This record gives sequence, C-alpha cells and structure tokens, in this order.
Amino acid sequence: MEETGGVKLLGFWVSPFAQRVKWALKLKGVQYEYIEEDIYNKSPLLSKLNPVYGMVPVLVHNGKPISESIIILEYIDEVWKQAPLLPQDPYERAQARFWAKFAEEKVRQSVWEAMCSSGEEKQKAVKSAVEAFEEFEKELKRRGTKFFGGETIGFVDIVAGCISYQLALHEEVGSIKILDSSKFPAISEWIKNFLNHPLINEGLPQKDQMFAYFSKRSKEIASQKMSHKTA
Amino acid sequence: MDGEVILLDAYASMFGMRLRIALAEKGVKYEYREENLPKKSPFLFQMNPIHKKVPVLIHNGKPICESLIALQYIDEVWHDKNPLLPSDPYKRAQARLWADFVDQKVHTLGRKTWSAKGEEQEAAKKEFIEALKVLEGELGEKPYFGGEEFGYVDVALIPFYSWFHAYETCGNFKIGTECPKFVAWAKRSMQRESVSKSLADPEKVYDFVLILKKHFGVE
Repeated sequence: MEETGGVKLLGFWVSPFAQRVKWALKLKGVQYEYIEEDIYNKSPLLSKLNPVYGMVPVLVHNGKPISESIIILEYIDEVWKQAPLLPQDPYERAQARFWAKFAEEKVRQSVWEAMCSSGEEKQKAVKSAVEAFEEFEKELKRRGTKFFGGETIGFVDIVAGCISYQLALHEEVGSIKILDSSKFPAISEWIKNFLNHPLINEGLPQKDQMFAYFSKRSKEIASQKMSHKTA
Repeated sequence: MDGEVILLDAYASMFGMRLRIALAEKGVKYEYREENLPKKSPFLFQMNPIHKKVPVLIHNGKPICESLIALQYIDEVWHDKNPLLPSDPYKRAQARLWADFVDQKVHTLGRKTWSAKGEEQEAAKKEFIEALKVLEGELGEKPYFGGEEFGYVDVALIPFYSWFHAYETCGNFKIGTECPKFVAWAKRSMQRESVSKSLADPEKVYDFVLILKKHFGVE
C-alpha cells in the first residue's frame, strides 16, 4: 500500500463498527478510500496497522493508524471541524460520551448476545436488552429532539445507529422481540429519522446478505458455546 | 472559580483513584464522600441511576459517571493546569486507545486473578502478565506513558498498582519478577504526591478483596 496522505478506512462489509466511521466521514464530507478486509482471513496489513487487537475498523490518516470505532469518531471530530459530532460544552460532551458508551455496551452488545444465545442465557440477554432500550427511550424522550445530538445527527446517533438497520435482522435471526414500537415510540421515531438521512441510508449492506451472515455467525457462536460446555 | 466539586467514591476503587489523582494534579478543591460498598446510598442511586456505581464526579450539582469520561471532563474544564491528554489529535487517539486497553485487559484479567479458580484463574494470570508486557512495550524508554510528562494513560493505569498485592496473594504469583519495567514506572509514578496521596493502601485493598470474595462466594 502506498504511504500517501489522505484517508483510508479498513473495514468489513457487515461491521457496524466500520459503518460508524463511514457515516462520520460522509457527514463531514471527507473523501476516503475504503479497503475491504476479510476478518476471517486477516491480511498482514491489518496486523501491522492494528497490532494490539487485529480488528477493523482502522482509519489511516497521513499514514498513521487509529483503531476502535468510538476513538476513531473522536479523532475525526477533532481533525475535521465541520458538522461537529460532539457538543462544545464539557458537561454535554461528557453526557454524549456516556450515552455513546451505553449504546455500545448495553444496547448493541446485549442485542447481539440475545441473538447468539439460547435458553436461560437468551432470556437474560433479552431482559438486559429491553432494560437498555427503556433507558435509551427515556433519555430520548427527555431530550425531546429529533436526534440525540439535537436537530442534526451527532456522536451518540452514530454510535447507536447500527440498531437502525441491523436490529430487525438480529431479532429475526435470534427469534427475539425487543423493539416493540408501541413500547418504544421515541426510539422508533428516531430510527425513522436517522434512516431518512440520505448519507446514512446510502450504501448500507443488502438485507438478505446480512441475514445470511448473522444466521451463520449465530449458529457458529452457539456451537462454540456447546463445545466449551461439553469440553 | 472551581465551583462545587464532590467526588462520590470508595476507598479501594481503582476508578475512583483515577479521579482523585486528576483533581490533585489540577489543584481542584473537592469534597470526598465515601460510599460504603456493597451497601449503596440513596444519593448514589440518584446520581448514577443507570449503573449505580462509583466513582461519580459531581460538579455544581451535575453528575458525571464513568471514570475515563470524568477524567476527560476534568481535563477539559481545568485545562490550564497539568494537561493530561496531549493536544495532537493522533496522540490523543493513542492515549484513549491505551486507557481503553487498561479497562479491557488489566481490569478484566486482574479481577479474574482473585475471583476465578482453577484453569480459568491460571489462564487469567498468564494473560494478565502478557497485558502488562504489552504495556511495557508501549512505554518503551519513556519515563511515563505520556512521554516526559505524567499523562492520561498514567492516571488511568497507576491505581491498579495498589491492587497488585491482592492479585499476587490471591493468585499466588509474583508480578514484579515478570514485569520489572512496569514496576519501575509504577514506583516513579508513586513519587508524585497526587499519586501517593490518592492510592489506597495495598493491605487495605487486600482486606477489601477478601470481603468481595466472601460476598461473591469465591473460596
């Protein structure tokens, strides 16, 4: 790979983490070169650029790599000042960081676990996911704005945004129901508004391909768990 | 002026220690309030309703939860004195990455050295040492992770040093012999008043771990 200036993004087509970075770059109008990485057959390039975790996404700017999606978002926001993602006020910034962490660890993570588990574990994960959604719903209602960031898409919207286009598929694959629109009207409305943004909706992976991938992955994870139990 | 600053904390909490150090580095006057874990106060539930955990930094009545988030808040509000994060965006990203590594690896694995048993505990001890060695590699020849200056990653990591005695005793292993560079960095950091005054006594941490072990039913 040429060591030029400019922006490169190493990602995986279905990765919600890489999608966060794509959204941030697009919203700021930053040109970048996308490099698809097969995470099941990792390239030497990925190992070189992310020696600690070996995962995507990795943003490469002026030849220097930055990894971990939320950290990449902070970097992008600091380098490219247009269309700011984080608010200016330190307290509001702390709140945005709090809710972004919550969206990642409690919302997205619990849905994934609920999809991939079974029996009692699945029931527990679904309960955690619903509780997380309840907190998220409460906070959205409290803010009373179109997006978490206000009238424009911001930091928390981008981190939580993966649920807008992947949640329904996780529910289908995992035979679970989390987002009851009558129970979560604010989140449902937020999802609609989020996906309505042309830069957000553009270039998302195909639903049938995501469905096939999630089906395969959840079966693999389930069988890994079984082999750990019987080992 | 600084405004009213309250730190809701627990003596042995490595996350609370991070904020004690940062506030001391910045010369911020604050009121320290000890939470009597595991019996949590109604005030804590009010200030951190979602996670119900310490530490919580309360500035002019407004709570900030999650230690690394509160650390960044402290650095942004009291930015004039002893900045913890560098000003260059790339270096800031690296600092955030290593602080996140401390949470993901040092904390998680360290915890298992006293809370797990048998094979799981052995694996955790091994991986814990490996994680410290990765950090030694990142430190290199620098005096601190922040370079010449004590910084964000140093603050995030040094509290765990007060837990080493507990990890070693419960896990029956010696960290210093495997990671001498790490211990040298820790001792250097302990020479800072903000650190030595903020870290818990390792014996008291060990006593606390014994209480936790009973509470969680770990032999």
